[in-house]
This record gives sequence, structure tokens and C-alpha cells, in this order.
Amino acid sequence: MQNLLLSIDAGTIDWSRAQFALTAIYHWLFVPLTLGMAVIMGIAETCYYRTKDTFWKDVAKFWQKLFGINFAMGVATGIILEFEFGTNWSNYSWFVGDIFGAPLAIEGILAFFMESTFVAVMYFGWKKVSPGFHLASTWLTGLGATISAWWILVANAWMQYPVGCEFNPDTMRHEMVDFFAVAFSPFAVDKFCHTVISSWIIGAVFCVAVCSWFLLKKREQKLAVESIKIAVIVGLVASIGAAATGHKSAQSVGEVQPMKLAAMEALYNGGTDQGLTAVAWVNPFKQPDYENQAEPSLKIEMPYALSFMATNDFHGYVPGINELLNGYTKPDGTVEPSVEEKMERGRLAIAALSTYRQGLKDGTPEEVLRPYMAIIHANMQYFGYGYIRDKSEVVPFIPVNFWAFRIMVGLGCLFILFFGVLALMVFRVPLLSIILRRLMAAFGLIPETEADTNDITNLTPWHYWAAIAMVPLAYIASESGWLVAEFGRQPWTIQDMLPTWAAISNLNAGSVMLTFIIFLVLFTTMLAVEIAILLKQIKKGPEYTSQNNN
Amino acid sequence: MTYEFLQHYWCFIVSLLGAILVFLLFVQGANSVARSLGYTDEGMRLVYNSTGRKWEFTFTTLVTFGGAFFASFPLFYSTSFGGAYWLWMLILFTFVLQAVSYEFQNKIGNFLGPKTFQFFLTLNGIVGPLLLGGAVATFYEGSNFVVEKSNLVDFEALTPVISHWANGSHGLDALLNPWVLVFGLAVMFLARVLGILYVMNNVDDADIRSRGSVRLIGSAVPFVILFVAYVVHLLLKDGFAVDPATGLIYMEPFKYLHNFLDMWYLLILFLAGVVLVLYGIGKTVVDKNYVGGIWPAGIGTVLTVLALLLCSAWNHTAYYPSTADLQSSLTLNNSCSSEFTLRTMFYVSFLVPFVLAYIVYCWRKIDAKKLNQEELKNDHAY
Repeated sequence: MQNLLLSIDAGTIDWSRAQFALTAIYHWLFVPLTLGMAVIMGIAETCYYRTKDTFWKDVAKFWQKLFGINFAMGVATGIILEFEFGTNWSNYSWFVGDIFGAPLAIEGILAFFMESTFVAVMYFGWKKVSPGFHLASTWLTGLGATISAWWILVANAWMQYPVGCEFNPDTMRHEMVDFFAVAFSPFAVDKFCHTVISSWIIGAVFCVAVCSWFLLKKREQKLAVESIKIAVIVGLVASIGAAATGHKSAQSVGEVQPMKLAAMEALYNGGTDQGLTAVAWVNPFKQPDYENQAEPSLKIEMPYALSFMATNDFHGYVPGINELLNGYTKPDGTVEPSVEEKMERGRLAIAALSTYRQGLKDGTPEEVLRPYMAIIHANMQYFGYGYIRDKSEVVPFIPVNFWAFRIMVGLGCLFILFFGVLALMVFRVPLLSIILRRLMAAFGLIPETEADTNDITNLTPWHYWAAIAMVPLAYIASESGWLVAEFGRQPWTIQDMLPTWAAISNLNAGSVMLTFIIFLVLFTTMLAVEIAILLKQIKKGPEYTSQNNN
Repeated sequence: MTYEFLQHYWCFIVSLLGAILVFLLFVQGANSVARSLGYTDEGMRLVYNSTGRKWEFTFTTLVTFGGAFFASFPLFYSTSFGGAYWLWMLILFTFVLQAVSYEFQNKIGNFLGPKTFQFFLTLNGIVGPLLLGGAVATFYEGSNFVVEKSNLVDFEALTPVISHWANGSHGLDALLNPWVLVFGLAVMFLARVLGILYVMNNVDDADIRSRGSVRLIGSAVPFVILFVAYVVHLLLKDGFAVDPATGLIYMEPFKYLHNFLDMWYLLILFLAGVVLVLYGIGKTVVDKNYVGGIWPAGIGTVLTVLALLLCSAWNHTAYYPSTADLQSSLTLNNSCSSEFTLRTMFYVSFLVPFVLAYIVYCWRKIDAKKLNQEELKNDHAY
């Protein structure tokens, strides 16, 4: 029966990858705004609960309305991702379902029901439950979304850094042996902190942009100023937090996915005392000749910074792509085998597994099969390399990683500056604010007459337009982060364990191409509708319970 | 706690989630009859707002059902979803459309217009239950797939895939089996029955309630005919049995009848469920003032579906049989997760009663006052 009925061609793999990327990218347009807005509307409603001032209730309801429009799309795009593991990656689902399925199930039980129950109370319960219960429901909606993020990131982190599992040759799959190692993997913790905190930036940027539009139009000024105060605190904490957690994430990547780090840095040849590339010319459309090129052209680097980022030591050793391909000796004296050696050992494991299974089928005595088990276990860590046909296949597409990483980090720095400046302006820190505005006037960024003004309701229009322009930049930064995370681990669906072409379903390329196109049309249309509705809703503005609140 | 116990326990949990999902398909059922039940624009809006407060539960239960199946029986997840690709994709497409339709339909800025999203709700209301019912029917009728785990060791193959659909239709061939269609249609009409009963209970509108008791007959009669036809077929057909000693699968005459007789407690559950569904329908039709039919019918649906699903898997039965290669059929034993994972998830499942408790509490709070036109004007509404 072996390999009968297969209808797969190379196109199936590419279309399956494209479809997963498409649905994940769309899903990630809505999730970070949900996570970020949950914090802002939660704070606004907490202000209402504490002050009993109906102005805050109006503020909370306004942000909740925008949250709801976005939330629906997040839910709609999320369901596809879960089921795609089965529909498009059926081999993957069996090979690691024993480990990977558990976080998804727990996510459903713990997080989705919490979200779906309390979001209904948040919208329909204003007149039906007590203010305290309503406030709890608003926070629990956000908590549900955050718990959901935890479990899905546990699942994702496990794909990047598989822990807590063992291969079982009798069942032909990896099986979980330590739940807590999976659920609280350090890679998952770093990923969760970085992802959720950076999502708050999107919520804060969105809130500031909406408020800036109101200020530009000279309307809803009280709501705008008070909301900006909330957003600026959330945004500043989040953007500094994202930088700190990003550093920790980069270290994790350096430890467990050195090829990803090398691709992010376009580091062809590594060593000690490595500098972090600030800028360099890497052709965005072409894999560079990393074997023959010493380094990318026009490279400007920050000395020792890469060594520090990856190892916490300015003189630390960072392997480049060629060392990772050809093998190298680590500073502690251990030898990392070359990719070709790993491929050989992976094939040994697969061949021994084949003999072992045939022996089981034929009723061969256990003692005869024992040596094959020993070969399987000795080479299991390189099992996935057995499917690799050429060592170049384990090098991800460098330009995407290189540029996406730079865009993410560059924009991350911009957000720290943006929220820092905004905090000075909003909270009117006397000395710092004046110094800042004097400096801006000196460089001609604002008119001299405005140098001593500190009223954010009365700025020149470019201030507001600049804040509005931050919204697409925040999304670009966020999606760039995921591009680095996912492109950087290619060709692996599970690091060193299962490459993409050994993980897919037996489908013809035409079927997957058709569903890809359907998803593309469907999600793009829905995104256009959502944006149109959001803009109209913002234009309509909040509904005030009292004229005094306006 | 043996491995076998854990397999049966997780089969119970997944079946319970499946049964609750079928009950919650009242959302889809009501949407599919919203036009005739609501009649006017205001009436339709009441129906959509009534189901709009519950759609997330159906959606979440579907996702959790999928997640629990993945965690406990990953070979089913791999084989069915990867094989019956088009069947599952069609189901998912309609649920995606439904998810945005409530929020978007009446919002300013919706350039597709409310009717587009109302059409999506109707489409999901018909196609969702029909195809989900069809997918469940394959548990008894079989599917065209082959599983060969040894494919994984062929590293020279372009792609070493272990499970394959045995024809190019990727699941759509299931709909050519008339019994799959009969069961799918029965689930669709059941969803309509439950939807009408739910709206009659949830919406405080005399016109909708009086129309509901009439529309109920139109859905209940075909449901009962289709359901009885399928149950008779099921009890008389050959089933997919497993030899517990060797793991070999073979055809056994009257297997599902034997299962009900061997597992008398499932038979009691099944009969109690059927009686409750019929009671809920009958009393609503006969007593014009009775609007609580959703409760006996809903509980009855959960009991009936639970009994049917367990009958397909317990008592040494292959729950996902293959018609292309009998020995590829999935059983609780050959498709489940490891003992460690099932035990870990066993402890996680203790959270389910807590989750159910807060859902019921919040549901009661929100539904304490029945939905009416006044609320749509003065409160958050779709």
C-alpha cells in the first residue's frame, strides 16, 4: 500500500505554505488590535467604575464598539488556522499531534469560552448586570484573548524549540513525556511576553491615531485627550517592554535556532566579537551567494553588539551560515556536525526505523530488533535531516529575514521615541517638555510661535497626521516580527524534526490553489468592509449619555 | 486508570462536545428560517439579534470540538481533515462568513449591504448543519481513505504522507451516499426545529411566537421522517467491528443494534433523548402558550447525539471506518494519543464543569429579560 494514491507535487507544498501564511498574516491583523484595545477599554471602564462619571462609560463604550468590529474578524480568521493543521498538514498532525493538540484543546476550553461568554456580557450586559460584574467581564474578555495567545504561542514555540517529547517507533510519532516542559518552555515564555506586549503597541497606536483625527477635526476633544493619556502610558510601557523582551527572544533564537539568527543578520561567516549589522545591501529578491561572499556589501555595523545580543557577552561566539552548514567547534569544545553529516545520520535513523517496523510486522524477536532501536535513538535528534536532499535546503531565504528584522527593530525604536515624546506633551512634564519643543522649533519641525505651547488640542495638523501614519507602521512592524519568526525556521515545520514537504496532506496543487484564492478574496473583501465600517464608526464618534460629557 | 479507560473517557468527552455542538446548531437553524419566522424587517432583526447573542458559543464549541479531537485522536484529525479536504473546507467557509455577518450586517459603512450578510447567515444555516451531519454520518457509513504509517520512512519520496483519500474528490464523494445525505438533512431539519424553539423562547414577540408554532411543524415532520429512516437503516446495517485481541477490523451484521443491546445504558440514553425531543416539539405545537420547548428538545438532542456517537466507537467498533481498505479504519486504540497525553488532558478536563458553570450563569443573566423591539432600540444591537 506504500505510497499508492499520492497526488502530491511540489506545487502542493508551495500552495499549502502560501495558504497558511496568508491566513496567519490576515489573522494577525486583527489579534494584536484585540489584545491592545482590551487593555485600553479595560482601563477606561475601570475609570468609570471608580469615578462613576458617565463620561468614562461613554469612552469605554466607544472603544468597545471599535473592539467588537475588529474582534469578529479575529474570530473568523482564527478558526481556519486551527483546522488547517489537519486539512493541509495532515502528516504533521499525526507526527506531533500527541504534543501539539493539547495546547489547542486547552486554548479552546480555557480561553475561547471565556472570551465568547464575557464578550457577550460586555456588549449586552450594561443594563443587566452590576457595574462590578460588567467591569470584570470586560477584563475577562481581554484575559481570555491573552490566555488564548499563551496557548497558541506555547504551540508555536514548541515547533521552534521542541521539548518534553520522545519518539515512539511503534506509533511512528513523537509523544509528550513532560507537559510542563511544553507548557512553560522558556522559548514560549519569551515569545508570549514579546508578542503580547508588542500587541499592546498596536492598540495604543490605533487609539492615539483615532484621537488625533478627532483633534484634527476639533471634535470629541475631551475624549481624545483622556484616551491619549491612557494610550500613551500603555504604548510607552509596551514599546520599552517589547525592546526588552525582544532582546531576550533574540538570545533564545541564538541558542536554539542559530540558522535563523544568521539569516536575520545575513551573517555568512561567524566568529567571536561579532558586530550587529545596522545597514547593508542584501538584494530583497535573491538569495545571496553566502558560500563565496565574505559579508553583504555596504555593511555598517555596531561593534560587538551581535555577540552581546546573542550571548550576553561582547566577545561571544556567533556561528554564521557557512559554519552551520559545514560544522564548527563551539567555545566549550563540543563539535556541531555539518549538515551533510546530520543528513547521513537522519537517514540512518529512518532506515533503521523502516527495518524495525518491518520486523515488527514479520514477528521478528525483540532481541533482533533491539540494535535497530539503538540506531534510531542514537540518531533521532537528526531525524528530520533524513528528508533533506541538499544542504542548501536548510538555509532560509535570507533577504526576507534580514529586512523584516531591520524593519521590526527600526520601527520598534520609532515607537519608543513616539510614545516618549507624546508622554512629554500629554503629561506636560515642565522642563523636559519645554526643552523638547524648543529643540523641535530649533530644527524647524514646529513654528517658533508654538515652541512654548503645551496644549495637544491645538497643534499644527502635521502632528496629528504623523500620529495617524503610525497605524500602518505598527502593523508592518508586527507582521515583520512574524515573518522573521516563521521564514527564519524554514524549511522546518518543527525544528530539525520535520521539514515542510514531509508534513503536508495528500492534496493536488489545484485544490489548495483554489482554496488559497477563495481565502484571499474572502478575507480581503471582509477586511475592506471592516475598514469601511471602522472609519464610519470613528466618523460617527461616541454616543454621549450627557451633553456635559462632550 | 488504564490506557483503555482513558481512550473511552476521551471518546466520551469528544462525543459530549459533538452533542452539545449539535444542540447549539439552533443558531444556524434559526438563521436558516429567519425570513419566514421574522417575516418583517423588524422581526428578522429580532431573530438575528436573538441568535447573535449565542453564535459565539456554537463557534467556540466547534473549535473546542476540533481541538479536543486533535489532542485525543490525532490520527482522525490527520486522516479526516487532510483527506476529506473539500467537505471540511466548505463547512469552514460558511462558518467564517457567519462569524462576521452579525457584526457587519447593519453597521454604517457596510458597502456590501445587510442583505449580503443575511444571505451568508442563511447559507451557513443550511450548509453548516447539512455538511456537519454528513460528516458525522461517515462514522457509520465509512469513507474512502487509506492509512499507511510506514510511508514516513520513505525519505526518497517527494512527500512521505501517511494518509490518503482514495479518490480525487477529497471528501465530496461522501455526499453521493444517499444515507449520508439522509442523516445530513435530518441534522439540518433538527437544527431548524431547535432554532424555532429557541427563538420562541428567547424573543418576546407574539407574532414570532405564533408563526413559530406553525413553522415548527414544517421542519419537525421532515426531521422525524428522515431521522427514523436513518435509525432503522443504522440498526439493520452491517457495522465495522474490531477484534480486541488482534486489532483486525471486520464487518459484523447488525453491529450497531448489537452495540445498543450490549450497552443498554446507551439505549436508555438514546430513547430518553428521542422522547424529550418529541415532547418538546409536541407540547409546543399543541399548547400555544408553551415556549419552553427548547429545553426538553435541547437536552434530548444532547442525549440522543451522545448515545449515537458513543455507539459508533465503544464496544469494539471502528468509529471512522474506511471503505477503501478495511484495515485502515480508525479505532479508539489505533488513533488515540499516548497514555501520558490522555492522562494529562484528563486532569485538564476537570475544568470543564467550571467553564460550563460560568457559561450558564452568564447566559441566565443575559437572558433574564426576553429580547424585544424596545431593547433593540435602546441597547447594543446587531
